[in-house]
Parts: sequence; C-alpha cells; structure tokens
Amino acid sequence: MEIVVCIRRAPTTDARIKPAGDGKNYEPGGINYDISEYDKYAIEAGIQLKEKHSGKVTVLCMGSKEATKEVRTAIAMGCDAAELLVDEAFRDSWATANALAARIKTLPHDIVLFGWNSVDNQSAATGQMVAELLGLPSVSVAVNMEVADGAAQIERLAAGGKREKYHVKLPAVVTCQKGLNKYRSPNMKGIMAAKKTVVTEMPANAPADGVSVLRLQPPPPRADGKIVGKGSDAVSELVRLLREEAKVI
Amino acid sequence: MPDVLVFIECSEGKPVKTALQALGAGSRLATELGGVAIALVIGGDGGDLGKKGAGKVLVASGDAVKAYSPDGYARILADQAAATGAGVVLASATPMGKDFVARAAARAKCGLAADCTELKVEGGKPVAVRPVYAGKAMLAVQAPGQLWATLRANAFGEATTALDAKIDPVVIGFDTSSLKAVVREIVEGVRGKLDVAEAEVVVSGGRGLKDPAGEGKQNWQNLEKLSEAIGAAVGASRAVVDAGWRPHGDQVGQTGKTVSPKLYIACGISGAIQHLAGMSGSKVIVAINKDENAPIFKVADYGIVGTVEEVVPALTEAFNKSLQG
Repeated sequence: MEIVVCIRRAPTTDARIKPAGDGKNYEPGGINYDISEYDKYAIEAGIQLKEKHSGKVTVLCMGSKEATKEVRTAIAMGCDAAELLVDEAFRDSWATANALAARIKTLPHDIVLFGWNSVDNQSAATGQMVAELLGLPSVSVAVNMEVADGAAQIERLAAGGKREKYHVKLPAVVTCQKGLNKYRSPNMKGIMAAKKTVVTEMPANAPADGVSVLRLQPPPPRADGKIVGKGSDAVSELVRLLREEAKVI
Repeated sequence: MPDVLVFIECSEGKPVKTALQALGAGSRLATELGGVAIALVIGGDGGDLGKKGAGKVLVASGDAVKAYSPDGYARILADQAAATGAGVVLASATPMGKDFVARAAARAKCGLAADCTELKVEGGKPVAVRPVYAGKAMLAVQAPGQLWATLRANAFGEATTALDAKIDPVVIGFDTSSLKAVVREIVEGVRGKLDVAEAEVVVSGGRGLKDPAGEGKQNWQNLEKLSEAIGAAVGASRAVVDAGWRPHGDQVGQTGKTVSPKLYIACGISGAIQHLAGMSGSKVIVAINKDENAPIFKVADYGIVGTVEEVVPALTEAFNKSLQG
C-alpha cells in the first residue's frame, strides 16, 4: 500500500505570537517549532496502515528548509521516505494545496493523510482542497478508519458529538483527528534511520495565495477583570453581576 | 459582483442557528457592497429566509442531496458561486461547513478565509478577519477575485431587517452515482448534547475537578448540573482530555476547539496559554480556581477564589434561584 502523509511545521502551542515590524508576519525570535499536532495522528495512521497491509509511507512537507527537522522526526517515528517542497514564505491553504497536489500526482498513492487542522493557520482546508484538485474522495476529521479491499470505512466527527460513517474507494484523502489513534514517539532505531535518510528537496510548485494577508494584529485586549470574592459567599454577587452588569444570563 | 452567496445548512430540513448568523453577516456585508444576500439552501426549507435577511433564496433538493456528501455539496455551492457571480461566498464554520466549503472553494479556484470573526469593506473590497494561532493573533485577508469565507459560530448576529425574497429551485447537474463520498449512516452522540464550539454558554472543567473515576466523581456531576441549570455545553482542558477524563470532542484550546460563547465559565482550570488561546474570544469569562495567582484570572472578567467542591454547587443553586425569580 502506498501511503502519503502531508505534514506542516508550526510554532509549538506554548509559543507567544507577536506581530513583526512588517505587520504581516510574526516576530520569529524565541519561537520553537514542531510537527503540527494533528499531523502526528496522520503519521501514526500511515505507519499503522503500513504495518497491517505492508507498503511504504512517504512524508511530504511544504515549508522552509528548516522543516527538514520535522520531516526527520516523521522518519524517526516510522515513515520510509521524505520530500520537502521548499517555500520560505507563509503560504495559505490554496497555495499549499496546489503545491502538494502537483507533487502527489507524480507519486503512487492509495491514501493521502493529513492532520484535520493546523495549529497555526487553522484553516482546516488543505486536505479537502488537495482532494478536490486531484478529483479524489475526502473524509475530514476522521476518528476511526478501517482499510480493506481497496476501500476505507471511516467515521468522522460531526456536529453535537454525532459520527458520520463513510465507505470510500481508494485512493482517497483522509484528515485525522485526535482519537483516531495514539501516536508513538520516535525510538532509537527510528532516530538512527532518520539520520541516514536522504530528504529529497525540491522547490514548491505553488501559485499565488488564494487569500492574501493585509495585516497580522494582536487580538483586541480584554478589559481588566475583578475578583468577585472568595468561596461560596461570592456566588450570589457573581450571578447578580452576570445578570445586571454583563447581561449574559 | 456585489452580491453575497450564503450557504444555509439545515438539520432535519430546517436552517440551523449558525446558518442564520451567516445570513445576517452576509446581508449586512451585501448592503455595504451594494448588493443582496442570496441564501443557498441544500436539503431543506427556504421559506422564511427573507425574514432573516435574504434578498433571494435558492433551494437545492432531491435525491442527490438526501444524504450529505462533501464533494456533492461542494459541486452545488461552487456551481452557484459561478452562476450568481457573487463577490463573496459565506458559510458557517460548523463541522459540515469546515468539511466541504474548502473543497468548494478549490473547485472555484479560490482560497478560503476560514473561521472568520469579522467581515468588513475596505477601499470598496471585502475583507475578512480571522483568529490564527488559536486567537493569539488576528489575520486580515482579502482575495484577488471572489472572497470565500467560513464564519465562526456566535461571532455574528442574525439579520434584523426582513426582505421579500423570491425562491428559486436549483437545478442539480449530477446524480448520486457520481458522488465520491456519501454519508452512509449517522451514529448519534449523547442525545441533545450541545457542541462546545456552537453553544452560547460553556462550562469547562480542568484538572482541579480531579479524576471522575475516583475522588472527582462528585465534582464532574456538579459540573453537569451547573451546565444543565444554564443550558451550557460542557468543555474541558487539554490535561483532562489527555488523562482520558472527558472525550476529545469537549476539549477547548489550541489543539481542541476554539470557542466564542457569550459566557464561558472555567472551573478548576489554571489557564495554560494553549487553553487561553481557545477561549479568550468569549464575550464574558468567569473563572473559579482555588489559586488566586492562576493565569486564568488574567483573562477572566469575574473570578471567584475557591475550590470547585464548594463553589460549583453553590453557583448552580444561585443560578437556579435567580432564573426562577
């Protein structure tokens, strides 16, 4: 089975984001990066499919040259091959999806896996866009998946905790949500393999962004709050404030 | 070009609340641009949408939309985006909207401004503002052509002006056999359970509530009672979800759901930056924590210093009294 997993390098979730002087990007100093959280469930899903059905997991990443670190982490977890589509700028989901789709077209692929959302840009769009560009079925926010006989049974999380069940023919695009699996940490053998793996680098074949950034700004500041009181004595005053001052009850 | 096309999601044939919010946002934006909001209803009833701000209503019905299909819905929306020549295409960022609108935008060869909290016009062009990094920053974007955007639940109000809208059927140019992915079955969640991302009031529990399988059992029951008293959805911090105390669908934060209810009550949550990122867009935040130095108090409008064991049941009782009185 030929498995392609698309990953993204993103600031870690404890990063403090401050707009930079150009007003369009964030201040890069002091930011640590990692594989965007949900992409780890996609990597794990790919490795589990390989373990069950044999085959190969190729990890594909569009990003800056520094993303080699995240790509190697994916190898260390158990992916077999790695490609980095180099683009140094912050690109939107449309540009990213086009670059990924153009490359995936040239690779054998029975299933293409994504994290359901990125922790930085948070568009939750790239996987579905790639599916549309490649003319493949897509199921997003998967929390359960079984693959057999060239098809996949997938459950996705819908509104109000409901689960929608799909049966799709492969090849297909699936975006992965927490709950699909528990992702593994790299072991020593994986880390050694990652050191030896050649990461194929090529320029990303991306068009202009579909939506362009006018400005990146800090969120509107919140007004100073107050401590209403201590313990259960404070609850009636809190309820009064919610009712009469904040008018939310 | 000045018209705004708005996808209307339906549940059991009726428009959902967030779809009416998107229609409200669309009608206000269309007025600013000099056009009208065109409501596109798929698999439901468009009868009353003029009263909710639509200047025109399109209804797609029939076998092809009996069951939800991401590629099927995407085709209908992309086709109508082209046919109407709308300058802006909107949908609510619900689990369905997030799923297929990205496909539809790609089909229309457009980008997507996802999960927006503000729409405006600058220099005659529509601009969408969206939280990124779970609300640690706001990104203002525009598109070279048609602007596609999904809108965060509860960030926009419904329309207040009623229009006399004409209803037209949509001709669907495909049949179900050409669809790539179709819902086969829907497994119900907990009956009547509100989704944290869509609820107007959220009550969230953190590590301070302790293990529900052990000494925290009563605390979580108390939290459920509090949520029932005020019609709230129950959310949870990452620590609680990682510990397996609550399902991951309840998680609020950068790796969970980003919420913007009118009232968010954080109980026993210290306020890690990734949690604050997910809920600081709430209109009013209440924090209950025994540690008066907990970071959650920095973003809270109102705080009570105290244990969840003592404060949560007392608060439920106070709400019950107040709501009856």
